[in-house]
Amino acid sequence: MTPFQTETGTVLTIDRANIDTDQIIPARFLRKPRSAGYQNFLFHDLRANEPAFPLNAPGADRCTVLLAGENFGCGSSREGAVYALVDAGFRCVIAPSFGDIFASNAGKNGLLTITRPEADMARLRHLPQDPTITIDLPAQTLILADGTTVSFAVDAFRKRCLLEGLDDIGLTLEYSDDIAAWQDQDRLHRPWAMPG
Amino acid sequence: MQKPRTLLEKLWDSHAIVTRPDGTTLLWIDRHFVHEGSFHGFGMLDHAGRPLARPDLTLAVADHYVPSHARDIPIADPEVSGIIATLGRNAQRHGIELIGMDDPRQGIVHVVGPEQGLTLPGLTMVCGDSHTSTHGAFGALAFGIGASEVSHVLATQSLWQRRPKTMRIAINGILPPEITAKDVILTIIGRIGAAGAVGHAIEYAGSAIGALSMEGRMTICNMSIEAGGRAGMVAPDDTTFQFLAGRPRAPRDFDAAVAAWRELPSDEDAMFDRSISLDAADIPPTVTWGTSPETAISVAARVPDPDRESDAERRRGMAEQLAYMGLRPGTALDGLRVERVFIGSCTNGRLADLRAAAAVLRGRRASVPGLVVAGSAAVKRAAEAEGLDRVFTDAGLAWGEAGCSMCVGMNGDLVAPGERCASTSNRNFPGRQGPGARTHLMSPAMAAAAALRGHITDVRTLA
Repeated sequence: MTPFQTETGTVLTIDRANIDTDQIIPARFLRKPRSAGYQNFLFHDLRANEPAFPLNAPGADRCTVLLAGENFGCGSSREGAVYALVDAGFRCVIAPSFGDIFASNAGKNGLLTITRPEADMARLRHLPQDPTITIDLPAQTLILADGTTVSFAVDAFRKRCLLEGLDDIGLTLEYSDDIAAWQDQDRLHRPWAMPG
Repeated sequence: MQKPRTLLEKLWDSHAIVTRPDGTTLLWIDRHFVHEGSFHGFGMLDHAGRPLARPDLTLAVADHYVPSHARDIPIADPEVSGIIATLGRNAQRHGIELIGMDDPRQGIVHVVGPEQGLTLPGLTMVCGDSHTSTHGAFGALAFGIGASEVSHVLATQSLWQRRPKTMRIAINGILPPEITAKDVILTIIGRIGAAGAVGHAIEYAGSAIGALSMEGRMTICNMSIEAGGRAGMVAPDDTTFQFLAGRPRAPRDFDAAVAAWRELPSDEDAMFDRSISLDAADIPPTVTWGTSPETAISVAARVPDPDRESDAERRRGMAEQLAYMGLRPGTALDGLRVERVFIGSCTNGRLADLRAAAAVLRGRRASVPGLVVAGSAAVKRAAEAEGLDRVFTDAGLAWGEAGCSMCVGMNGDLVAPGERCASTSNRNFPGRQGPGARTHLMSPAMAAAAALRGHITDVRTLA
């Protein structure tokens, strides 16, 4: 995945609670291979049904930071929701809260999710028109156009993976001996756990 | 003396391979279920040229895309037939057991796992599907994962996870007659909200949960994700053990397994990060009005008025939901016309669910079209042996082959744009049952009652 260091981009605001992954990418597109261009499916039905949907605005296709509402990415575990955002150029989503599975999927694809309380969200929402924001992941800081900053927390392991563009599986395979030893003792302790 | 532990903590501790200084744990995974949609995960595995770690702990089941009718003729959509065939190819290539479309054990993976006795107390279970929480009904730690994590489990049979917080939801007392597990979970989600359990594993407890069948417990755990929960679970007890005894893949030394499982329930003094309780007697027949499961209200209630909501953002959200659903504030749910019903899904596609719907429909005619789809081929056969299929078809409803069907519409079973559907499924999201579809979630008995009257109604008012 693409390493994430410091990213400066334009913010797109979709200020609605409970945007589920069915809305981010409707189910009928999930059978498509990634090569089909998942950016074409991003918020597909919302864009089709609502002419005023923020992603339909001129210039919205150049935005790389999404400012979202509470519980963004709830619902289905489909990683296609993250593919659609990443393929459309998004590098970061900032929201008051995220669906757990969506947040996990995002981290695995180089999409940074930042959780901020409502007070910070309100500051970010009141940025000027076509606002620019800098996300400094090493410093865990958002730098607004007026120079003010908002700090954010990020899981240490997730941060390292994002910074270095690391592959989880490669890291886990470094623990192969631990996994093998664990299986050996587990066979003794939990013989019932194997399929009968 | 050891610190008292919750069910979650016991499951966690017994699967922790290593824990890093930052608190993330490499968890051993006992069962991994894959389905047609898992092709992205297989693709990543193959792209990296990695072998599959434990094919013996992996099971492939065709459920999301399988047609509910005319399985003897080729599927018209080449993308749909292709994705089903790809599952078979991936299973064969990696030596995974496949329960394909024509297998007598076929069904929705969350119905098949328990039926086969592959779902057990004390296990960790994952699947690239958010309703994997269903299996928690047996006292397993079961949760949905995305394609990258599918690939990780295929390659390592393990996952890096941070331990969720614990949340205990007690349902005390006795459920009133005709109030079902679906009403319980919808009421819970209505109470705590669609993000109410984010970051938490929910343990459902209390006398009303203990009195539920395994089917009812599965319905409740299934929709934990609709409250944002990472997992949902119920402590295993005699009901659990009786359900599993004699299942095809249950442990051969069943008594030894039961002895181990009896150690799993949360210790009496175990601490939960959050606890809430509800009185079973207060739970009404429950129906959603909007496009989030958190809009669950009593069937006797009226659609809320955004003008009475003080928070501007919530007010706007309510108005958007009303517009999508084609509803006016103050409309009584009871009496709201529906154009279609769907009875099935991993939430309510088990034999007990079909019996409940058939009990309402027996000897009567539905006044709107509808589709009944068993959660598995085994459920379908059992229902047919009892004559339930005739009850449904005599009522004018279609009787389909097992699968996810109209819950998610991937196989082409869609609700038409603008159509209002009484559905026993789990999500009323915009477009979930088809573009423009308007979904009202409810129990099987309530959906059957809606089919009869052609409008949402309190099933208890049917003579």
